[in-house]
Amino acid sequence: MADALVVGLELPSLAMGPLSRATLALYAGGSGDHIPLHIDSVFAKAAGYPDVFMHGMLGMAYLGRLVTGWVPQRRVREIGGRFVAITYPGEVLTARGTVTEVDAAGRARLALTLTNAEGETKLTGFAVIDPG
Amino acid sequence: MARAQWKDYLFGPLDQTTTVIDRAHIGRTWPSWEVEVEKGRLRLLAEAIGETRPEYTDEAAARRAGYRSIVAPPTFAYCLGADDPGGLAFLAELGIPVSRLLHGEQRITIHEPICAGDRVRVTRRVKDIYSKKNGVLEFVVWEVAVDAVADGRPLARNESILVVRNG
Repeated sequence: MADALVVGLELPSLAMGPLSRATLALYAGGSGDHIPLHIDSVFAKAAGYPDVFMHGMLGMAYLGRLVTGWVPQRRVREIGGRFVAITYPGEVLTARGTVTEVDAAGRARLALTLTNAEGETKLTGFAVIDPG
Repeated sequence: MARAQWKDYLFGPLDQTTTVIDRAHIGRTWPSWEVEVEKGRLRLLAEAIGETRPEYTDEAAARRAGYRSIVAPPTFAYCLGADDPGGLAFLAELGIPVSRLLHGEQRITIHEPICAGDRVRVTRRVKDIYSKKNGVLEFVVWEVAVDAVADGRPLARNESILVVRNG
């Protein structure tokens, strides 16, 4: 756990295994998001998708793990982002983060990304971290 | 709206009609609800997101790390919106079909970490509704506020942009 957040610092990346349907089912239960697009392939296909797809907020949770793997959670003041592309079962995701700003009080802003093995961006995010 | 009704509406046959959300909903606030944050739920969430550090599943470890109890991951504040006792009726009330709904953006402001045992009050509000591309995309900006029941202090604010695809 490193304390010094300096502009340009890259956090150690976080690699996930291939996304499984079991993970989507667990996330539906743990998050409370039971929307069938993520867990019922019949429903997802009827809605025009090739298959069930990942909850966007599971992707943001991966970005959260990246951040809280580097700084204690109590310092995380904001996390957010834009969901850029849909993720299907079998895709392999990696979360990355870079410190982009540190203000005079030591509060840092991180740019975060979640991409698949082909380099497609799924989520572009950010976090704001209080000084330690 | 009764549970059976919104489930039929949201999860029923694909609604092919164009969705135009009534702008009169802007500023609307739904009745707050209370949630007691449960250890079991946080453990399941930790497993689902692959979080293995002990403060996310083990109470003693969480206390050693300085938390009141098992700590919820930073995106948990969003999950509290799913505990609405009305289920997804709020979507049906706005005429939003789940089959054409996507999560566009999300921002969570965290005032303090939420922990197991916390009693929280959750309030949902529509901040804005707008369209792009001549109505091909409809956007709804929601705020879900999470406050401590005991003293009303803010714990987290969620701002979500949901997108409805018309064609």
